[in-house]
Amino acid sequence: MNFGLLIPELSLAAFAIIVILLDLFIEKKVVLAVVSIIGLVVAAFFTVALWGIQPGTIFGGLVAIDNFALFFKLLFLSITGLVILASADYVSKFSRFRGEYYALLLISTLGMMLMAAATDLISVYIALELTSIPLYVLVGFLKDPKSSESSLKYLLLGAVASSVLLFGMAFVFGFTGKTHLSQIASAIQSASLPMASAGPGLIFGMILIIAGFGFKIAAVPFQMWVPDVYEGAPTTITAFLSVGSKAAGFAVILRVFYSAFGMPQWLGMEWGIIFAVLAAISMTLGNILAIPQTNIKRMLGYSSIAQAGYLMVGLATVGVAPPADILGRSGILFFLAAYSLANLAVFIAIIAISNKINSDDIADFSGMIKRSPGLSLALSLGLISLIGMPPAAGFMAKFYIFSSAVNHGLLWLVIIAVVNSVASAYYYMRVVKTMWVGEPASLETVPSSPALKVALGISCIGVLVFGIAPGLGIRLAQLATDIFKF
Amino acid sequence: MMPYQLFWGIFLLPLLSFVIIALFIRPFVKPESKVAGYITIAAILTSFALSVWGLITVLAAPGHEVAVPAISWAVIGDLRINVGIMVDALTVVMLVVVTGVSSMVQIYSQGYMQGDPGYHRYYAAMSLFTMSMLGLVLANNILFMFVFWELVGLCSYLLIGFWFHKPSAANAAKKAFLVTRLGDFGFLAGLLALYRAAGTFDISQLHAMAIAGTLGGAALTWAAIGLFAGAAGKSAQFPLHVWLPDAMEGPTPVSALIHAATMVAAGVFLVARMFPLFVGSPEALTTVATVGAITAIFAASMGLVMHDIKRVVAYSTISQLGYMMLGLGAAGIVVAHEGHVTLEVAKAATAIGMFHLFNHAFFKALLFLGAGSVNHATGTFDMRLMGGLRKVMPWTYTTFLLAALSLAGIWPLAGFWSKDEILLTALEARPALFVLAIITVFMTAFYIFRALFLTFSGEYRGGAVPEHGSTAHASHGAGHDAHGPAKPHESSKVMVVPLVLLAIPAVVSGFWNVTGGFSAFFGHGETRGFIEGLFEPLTHPLPWGALALALLGIFLAYAMYSKKWVSAEKIGSRFKPFYTLFYHKYWMDELYEGVIVKKTLVNGFFALLQKIDSKGVDGAVNGIARGAIAGGRSLRRAQTGQLQLYGLFIGIGILAIVIFVFMIG
Repeated sequence: MNFGLLIPELSLAAFAIIVILLDLFIEKKVVLAVVSIIGLVVAAFFTVALWGIQPGTIFGGLVAIDNFALFFKLLFLSITGLVILASADYVSKFSRFRGEYYALLLISTLGMMLMAAATDLISVYIALELTSIPLYVLVGFLKDPKSSESSLKYLLLGAVASSVLLFGMAFVFGFTGKTHLSQIASAIQSASLPMASAGPGLIFGMILIIAGFGFKIAAVPFQMWVPDVYEGAPTTITAFLSVGSKAAGFAVILRVFYSAFGMPQWLGMEWGIIFAVLAAISMTLGNILAIPQTNIKRMLGYSSIAQAGYLMVGLATVGVAPPADILGRSGILFFLAAYSLANLAVFIAIIAISNKINSDDIADFSGMIKRSPGLSLALSLGLISLIGMPPAAGFMAKFYIFSSAVNHGLLWLVIIAVVNSVASAYYYMRVVKTMWVGEPASLETVPSSPALKVALGISCIGVLVFGIAPGLGIRLAQLATDIFKF
Repeated sequence: MMPYQLFWGIFLLPLLSFVIIALFIRPFVKPESKVAGYITIAAILTSFALSVWGLITVLAAPGHEVAVPAISWAVIGDLRINVGIMVDALTVVMLVVVTGVSSMVQIYSQGYMQGDPGYHRYYAAMSLFTMSMLGLVLANNILFMFVFWELVGLCSYLLIGFWFHKPSAANAAKKAFLVTRLGDFGFLAGLLALYRAAGTFDISQLHAMAIAGTLGGAALTWAAIGLFAGAAGKSAQFPLHVWLPDAMEGPTPVSALIHAATMVAAGVFLVARMFPLFVGSPEALTTVATVGAITAIFAASMGLVMHDIKRVVAYSTISQLGYMMLGLGAAGIVVAHEGHVTLEVAKAATAIGMFHLFNHAFFKALLFLGAGSVNHATGTFDMRLMGGLRKVMPWTYTTFLLAALSLAGIWPLAGFWSKDEILLTALEARPALFVLAIITVFMTAFYIFRALFLTFSGEYRGGAVPEHGSTAHASHGAGHDAHGPAKPHESSKVMVVPLVLLAIPAVVSGFWNVTGGFSAFFGHGETRGFIEGLFEPLTHPLPWGALALALLGIFLAYAMYSKKWVSAEKIGSRFKPFYTLFYHKYWMDELYEGVIVKKTLVNGFFALLQKIDSKGVDGAVNGIARGAIAGGRSLRRAQTGQLQLYGLFIGIGILAIVIFVFMIG
């Protein structure tokens, strides 16, 4: 077995352990943040070095190393890096365990990296738990009632979702006798499996798997936890959940459904339509419920449900399109990258502002442009990208997913999605308007640490680059989904 | 001949000016410095010079087109999106209009915006706007057109709400943004429908397919109507016109540039640009012509009774945009009726509507800048507080008079020539619409001269505090304090010079087509001698009729508001129901805001959702949170119900999917 393929994960795990150990001796916790960033950069370096490598598997086929996995690993590492940079001021809110905060973030990232690479139901499940368990802890890190309660809710509902997922996997195993994705695919396509009798059971298993993953990506009707947890969790963790956890969920769904259930065509149609319906419901419900929100974190929670809906338009396309079609798959990757950058820009700006004004109420953001033009501009840019307005990245991302959906006969879904995008402008622009037009409560400026400024700058530049010159991003997304076999 | 690369420069120079101001000037230079204005003016004047050179080049080019090689931007599978520009007669005419009016407005703004605390922000937004507008005009790809379309909308939002501390300005900005987005939704749907049917965004390819008939039928009709919905939003056509009068809350130079001469004309330009598609669909053409004619008379009727000079001019803008749409639609109907439409014929048919756009841009910008100049002197836009300004503001008066005559369509000024052609074409295409249009001629002449006499003749009636919003004025109104309301005087040179420069095209721009030159430029053959062309309309009855109606309107305004032979109040009370109807703008704002937004959406639907959210979801959270401090205790509380409910939802969700799949499968 070639352990060289696993260097990014191994180095990250090593750094996570180093952070825990250093925490015992070091009083200045900022050192731990620096060590974590170094760990992420090292892992990212190895990931980039592996890019384009001949696809291979390790651990007896449990984990694959291919461009698809590498694309997501790089995305997760960048997300975690930006979140840690943005945490610089925020960690002062934690009374204890500041060192563990960084280590847990790294371990959760490790889980996400494995999620994108897992090619067997067993490794999928393990990676998922490795991602989730640190998150349950992190959500409760503020130790106030709201935070503790949301942590507990997340844990309990997460456990329910996990068991549903396992149940689904058991069904699939029961009918195909395999846990490896490509073996499941060949079992389904082989003549030995009588589809007439096994079909309904297999589809039932598939539905349970959708429910289990649906919890991770916050798809309706498995989204109930989102607003509560987003509101209660530390804002940095909310940011991490809203982009990292969601992206990992999509990575694993894409691989499992494309590899295992992609053929025959009718099976793809089956789950394609399920995702199409979930997409329509998620977008609509997410956007409608976001409109009356007054707490910005809660609003962004509903917004993230709606964004999951747009992404599921891409999943639906992958389902109904012939397997050779690359646009649906790569569109999801491009959208995830664009969405992550925009949502991070929004959250990082909110972290800085909320830290100063001690409030998450949209009304308290009034006149923020006068108090902190930089943060307000960045927040506006992020929100504009979430609406999907040019020249921000969100426009190209939506356009990419929607146009390939139209090409595969999902015009009805795209019409719903476009109507939703227009409706969503209302609540996103309301925040922009409050900041630009409202009267500031005071003229005190909002301080932010250099680290946070760097994180915010990177996200905003990313949003603009992906919006104005999407060529490179599209190329990477297509390379990542081009030969993805395992 | 201009090298084709320089066409990129027309668009890139304002972009450069925006970047410099936004990134370097605004953060690091004191707001009193006028350097941002100079940078903008220099960039846009250069663009203007290049545009004129481009116009000359295209005039000389064979087929009136210049081919510019494209650059590859993004590749999505089979879909290759190239960045390219399209240079033909339509493009260069728009380029000259946009850069020409923009450079005048930027110079004027040096005087108008002097001392405003948002001076840099103003010029940054104006540069961004000019860049976006030029991008919209140059784009050879309908997707890019949409990108710039949204950008000009954003700039318009920022500039209407420029004095955002005024609630009226902030609300107007929001209203404009939301109403135009309603139309943009149609644009986007049309764009997607086109892509689905044609598989390309390239405008020339779309043209070719529409003309060849490979793109046609219901798909084409719906796509065209979708595009027209976008155009109607931007160009403030009925029933999406409600945002434009409120948009007058922005600084007056902004109104002149964006909400009179250029951005609002973008809708007309969009229809003209995609005209070969419209020609393929009689339904779409009828929609364009009908909406245009209705808008023309509808907006003019409201312009009759407004007290605010800027609003009179704003309603006039809506009305004139309606004329342009009518001109496009009617010309299309005529062309389609004659059968066998080629690409050249379809493009040439846009000349009538575009000629009015071209002329209108200059005289309407002049009217707005004149209104701004008056505001500078009197401190108000309310005509009831003005009067007698003819003597103290001779330059403003003379230029305003010329623009008003041009708008009213008096021979031989610019407005006459294009309006005459529209009327003629409307008569040929749809006589019913012609009737609406000819009544509007009378109304136009009346309302603009009513404004002129109220403002400039008689005695001065006091004035008020200048624009720039009362609060801003009190706190940082440097530079404007000098203009007291008591003694009006002529505006400074930097404002008067642009007025005079704009007055020249307002008078003479119509002569371009006296010889048939403008139509020939768009591809329609015949030209004639200048003198012959100049008097030719006077040999027909229709222009005489229109002229008579316009003169009657002017005379009535003179009788009522200058000489007061007839009392305006008496007429008002005689036609009380009409007056009330016009004055309240047909209650459309109340209909939209009160009934649809407030009653139906806010009080009904959203309130219901809020209740569900606060009582159901949120209430659950608060209920659990109360009293729960540590993890263990919240466990106990959480187990009392809500959490199980959430878990139950997961189960119900799964059940629903299973039922869905197995019922359908």
